[in-house]
Amino acid sequence: MSLCDAEKTFILHGVAENFRSDGRDREGYRPIEIETDIVQHAFGSARLRLANTDILVAVKIEVDTPLPERPFEGKIEFFVDCSANATPDFEGRGGETLAIELSNILASAYKSPKTFNLKKLCILKGKKCWKLYVDILILECGGNLFDAVSLAVKAALFNTKVPLIKSVNIDGDNVELDVSDNVFDCERLDVTNAPVMVTVCKIGDNCVVDPNLAEEQCSVGSIVVAISQEYFSTVTSIGIGSLHAQTLCSSLELGQKVGIRLNEALMDTLSHITSDQDFGFLK
Amino acid sequence: MSRKKELLSRVGLRLDGRRADELRRIRCKLGVFTQPDGSAYIEQGLTKVLAAVYGPHQVRSKQKAQHDTCIINTQFSMAVFSTNERKKRPRGDRKSTELSMHLQQALLAVIKTELYPWSQIDVYVEVLHGDGGIYPACVNAATLAIIDAGIPIKEYVCACTASLGNNDIPMLDVSHQEEVIGGPTLTVAALPMSGKIVLMEMSQRFHLDHLPKVLDKALEGCKDIKAILDEAVKNHVREMGSSTGWANTTS
Repeated sequence: MSLCDAEKTFILHGVAENFRSDGRDREGYRPIEIETDIVQHAFGSARLRLANTDILVAVKIEVDTPLPERPFEGKIEFFVDCSANATPDFEGRGGETLAIELSNILASAYKSPKTFNLKKLCILKGKKCWKLYVDILILECGGNLFDAVSLAVKAALFNTKVPLIKSVNIDGDNVELDVSDNVFDCERLDVTNAPVMVTVCKIGDNCVVDPNLAEEQCSVGSIVVAISQEYFSTVTSIGIGSLHAQTLCSSLELGQKVGIRLNEALMDTLSHITSDQDFGFLK
Repeated sequence: MSRKKELLSRVGLRLDGRRADELRRIRCKLGVFTQPDGSAYIEQGLTKVLAAVYGPHQVRSKQKAQHDTCIINTQFSMAVFSTNERKKRPRGDRKSTELSMHLQQALLAVIKTELYPWSQIDVYVEVLHGDGGIYPACVNAATLAIIDAGIPIKEYVCACTASLGNNDIPMLDVSHQEEVIGGPTLTVAALPMSGKIVLMEMSQRFHLDHLPKVLDKALEGCKDIKAILDEAVKNHVREMGSSTGWANTTS
């Protein structure tokens, strides 16, 4: 999408008057739809639609060996796939840079043990642990990918059920795991502290959250903040452009304020989802 | 030989309870996304596929442009979580490349390419869950997406698989479980109304005596699928039309 100067000015003036082109104020989000348990053969999954942005996340679990320097911890890996369905620019290897950027930010946001406790995923110290593969598929791009992806990941992790281990038999170097036969015997992950990301976008003299594609084009610089409860777990500036130190601080404050509210709304919604509400793509 | 699992039970039921000539349940929807020019979602049993069509638009690389026809660009990709074993890469492996070529072949046969000189049509398919019959689901989804995009086609192109159960009974629409147990699989993409075959692929080997009846069965499957897709297209158009008012006359 490319905008002409007149269109950019229109958006700029709208932001200055706290009345954006789609009627929102500067701190407003577009409507978000969320569904969980949509990929049946995954351990946990979620689909999130933020206006036009469509994200599908599935969590798969495998048994792995812990890293030698972290014998008490399990593993988590983020993989982002930008499907060509979203835009023809992603064809072939076109979406790879964006995908790597997204997965790196997610990895650093989940790195701190205070945000997501990997110790719960350890099965046997130094020998066996669970590895979570969080696979993110971007099906449609309508701006603000970072926020949408982080919300979808949190929802999918919330939905993830880790199988229960009944017993561990150690025979020399061999470790045998006895997984419970009952598929309903499983543990939920604790995601209360898992971060949500907020993209704060500077347009003109003001900062906005949840920019749509047109607004992203007008921004002079944006930063992504990952908020875990009220703490920052990652702050990164993305794209081109530079921010003054003072603006940076004020946008961090805005990001934190919005992030806390967003997290509350997400947790509230997730706790109200019941298993008979899902429609998937056929809705 | 007796220990090998039978594909058909003595009363003629398959492992998932279907009869030999029954398709899995097909559910589909057109226009699932707003940004592509056409999009569709299809479920054939557990196999789930999303398709998106962009175009016709200007050719992206100038050298490939044709003066008398449009080029059709296809990409097949499979979500890493689509199979039971997690996949390493969503696309770029041999199987994906082969499937995109076959998809292109099937689509070239139906799209009226001569109407769009110097242009390009992009067709992207994304498999969300693979449970046997991935290629047929992709072809059917692509057909729906192309119809949703409003690109003129000669007729529907539908694809279906067929196999041979108990060495002699042709079976329709093979699931992943049946593929694994064994038995040859025949994949056919056809124009169901004129009965022309645009693509045929066999895995393992068929005896020449069996081939005609399996092929007939697969073509019959294509016709059944066409009826289902046609119904979905009509429903979609009726819904779209009723919002503008012109379809209010239909009961």
